[in-house]
Amino acid sequence: MGSLRKMSFDAVIVGGGGSGMRAALQLAQSGYKTAVITKVFPTRSHTVSAQGGITCAIASDDPNDQWQWHMYDTIKGSDYIGDQEAIEYMCQTGPEAIFELEHMGLPFSRTEEGRIYQRPFGGQSKDYGAGGQAARTCAAADRTGHALLHTLYQGNLKNKTVFLNEWFAVDIVKNADGAVVGVVAIDIETGETVFVESKATVFATGGAGRIYASTTNAHICTGDGVGMALRAGFPVQDIEMWQFHPTGIHGAGTLVTEGCRGEGGYLINKDGERFMERYAPNAKDLAGRDVVARSMVLEILEGRGCGPDGDHVYLKLDHLGEEMLNAKLPGILELSRTFAHADPVKEPIPVVPTCHYMMGGIPTNVDGQALTIDREGNDQVIEGFYACGEAACVSVHGANRLGGNSLLDLVVFGRASGIFIEKQLSEGITLKEATEEDIQRAMVGLNRINQSSDGENAAVLRAELQTIMQNYFGVFRRGDYMKTGIEKLDELRLRVENVYLDDKSNSFNTARLEALELQNLFETAYATAISAEGRTESRGAHAREDFQDRDDENWLCHSVYFPGSKEIGKRPVNFTLKTREPFEPKIRTY
Amino acid sequence: MLNVSIYRYNPEVDAEPYMQDFEFDAQGKDLMVLDVLEKLKIQDPSLVFRRSCREGVCGSDGVNISGKNGLACITPLSEAVKGNKLVIRPLPGLPVIRDLVIDMGQFYAQYEKIQPYIINNSPVPAIERLQSPEERAKLDGLYECILCACCSTACPSFWWNPEKFIGPSGLLQAYRFLADSRDTATEERLANLDDPFSVFRCHGIMNCVQVCPKGLNPTKAIGHIRNMLIRRAT
Repeated sequence: MGSLRKMSFDAVIVGGGGSGMRAALQLAQSGYKTAVITKVFPTRSHTVSAQGGITCAIASDDPNDQWQWHMYDTIKGSDYIGDQEAIEYMCQTGPEAIFELEHMGLPFSRTEEGRIYQRPFGGQSKDYGAGGQAARTCAAADRTGHALLHTLYQGNLKNKTVFLNEWFAVDIVKNADGAVVGVVAIDIETGETVFVESKATVFATGGAGRIYASTTNAHICTGDGVGMALRAGFPVQDIEMWQFHPTGIHGAGTLVTEGCRGEGGYLINKDGERFMERYAPNAKDLAGRDVVARSMVLEILEGRGCGPDGDHVYLKLDHLGEEMLNAKLPGILELSRTFAHADPVKEPIPVVPTCHYMMGGIPTNVDGQALTIDREGNDQVIEGFYACGEAACVSVHGANRLGGNSLLDLVVFGRASGIFIEKQLSEGITLKEATEEDIQRAMVGLNRINQSSDGENAAVLRAELQTIMQNYFGVFRRGDYMKTGIEKLDELRLRVENVYLDDKSNSFNTARLEALELQNLFETAYATAISAEGRTESRGAHAREDFQDRDDENWLCHSVYFPGSKEIGKRPVNFTLKTREPFEPKIRTY
Repeated sequence: MLNVSIYRYNPEVDAEPYMQDFEFDAQGKDLMVLDVLEKLKIQDPSLVFRRSCREGVCGSDGVNISGKNGLACITPLSEAVKGNKLVIRPLPGLPVIRDLVIDMGQFYAQYEKIQPYIINNSPVPAIERLQSPEERAKLDGLYECILCACCSTACPSFWWNPEKFIGPSGLLQAYRFLADSRDTATEERLANLDDPFSVFRCHGIMNCVQVCPKGLNPTKAIGHIRNMLIRRAT
């Protein structure tokens, strides 16, 4: 193998979604040579699918709203393993980050006063839970993610960010000191493989919902950043924590925003009963997503599901009236008519809990610096390596993310990473150059695929992986089932490593990309499986039938999965707030 | 069995493009065209197309389906199949990279030309810039564009002058910023569009309106820009 062509930048962001483009914008504005590597044209990123909004205490709906109440809700929502320092930073900095987006042109919906429209979402309260439901989610109709992503792309165009569109990052390049000095990436159109060298490498690669058979996530959500980090030997945190969104369209998996329930919609079972009144007497349909998803599954398991197979429930919206639905939820009307063949103006939408969001990811501090844990259990910064957005675990979502908090996470920590890297660059970053061997090490997986002469098709293996994850690591989990699931994954690993690429051509070869994505899906799924089996309690989205209670004595901590040993360790949760006493864990009810 | 005819071209292998026929069993289901492509790709992994969200919001999978531009992921077979035949070609008018994947460079260049961002150099307030619901309503039907290129690649004027005519998608976005009460660059924007090609190559053919998968109306937006240009000239 000859040497690869090399491109050099001050900062490289891998991923062109919300967090990546927010980080890129920050750096491009400050004049540093910044490139975004993105496997799809930026506005095709999964942020575009976010619907309901971005939660933030901008005090529009309620002039007396306080970011501290949002902080309390988020900590409670996380089932107390969200890092309080990070949550405080997000909720406090949020309004500034939202106003910046508005100034850039984001077409938010408006109130009569001309301010940004806010709607109620699940898990929101006033006065630390004592003041009833809040309306804190800033919305652009039900197309907030689309509006946000396009606005960020436009801002980057204005600031002349370099986009390597339709480039696929293959693996991390580490130097002799173990620092990250860039990635090997493929220019998809030509097939050329390039070493993209950088003083700061930011992973904004999004989630990995495609490890499950049923997901709201786009085809492209394949855990590329998590896969690359694990292959480089770096750990991931709380990766067992997967959010199942209560309302995915039955059969299709497409998302129906929580904003539907925020605007007054509710769930019913086959008897027409508004069953959430039984499970969450106060918040009802606006309880935490984990609570609502579990209640739905219980309704279905107990024979009160809808449809001929009794395998879903209904989301009722028709009582809200056509005018209101057209104004507030136009995208939902479109999606439901297309994918559920149900017109919400007249009939309910069939919905079922569907894999939606990866709360875990690459552990980072508030500045976006990626972390590993040394032998003594201390955090160690990985030089040159940063992560933000869904790929990262900073951790603001803990064991359960609140609706509307992912978009806020994206912009706040994309921005924070950019600000920190800007400062680092201005002070001067010197990393040892990668040797030819260092670069070749990042080529091993790609070379294996390019040289494959037999083995199985990536699509077939992917489907098997998704079925295993769906069956053994879903909404409810059990130790013995999970052990079986892990055995199946162990068996599958060899076949995934031996995936066969028949078409070896260079030009826009998406079969090659799917074989690479399969490796990333597998690493993410395996880490999920080991961590889920290891956490012997129920907390947030992680619900075990064999350990039904939260166990604060042993598990009020992050899990950390180490790819070398394939074992999990523990990392303490941060309980230090700058502005007040920390919130102590309480029993979580809605 | 459904007959699916797909445009194939791999520059490394094929001297010229050709149509390949597949037999496909939809098992009586009204699948989306993207589902068909995904299943055929399992059979033939060398088949190449773009896709991402699979719900009509990312704009990746614009293709020509039985003669009409649309998004594969939200076009059901019941709309697309004619006489038991489904024909899938790349969007017309732009260079083909491989199979159903086109080079969208010219399309994006036209988008960038209209300065697709708010220009407002007045000092920013501590909170958001205020905008009434009525002012905000003027952006409805404009901001929802997903840059799929179905409209511009259905437009004969764009086929003829892809370097000079902005095209329906770019002009829809041009008007999105002209219509925004927060933007102060109206004069600069209009001056940039005031030539014989950028706007005035639109002949009101309205193919754009017919194919837009989001139900938007670029022709109407172009009409507004024309009026603004004419008013500015008089």
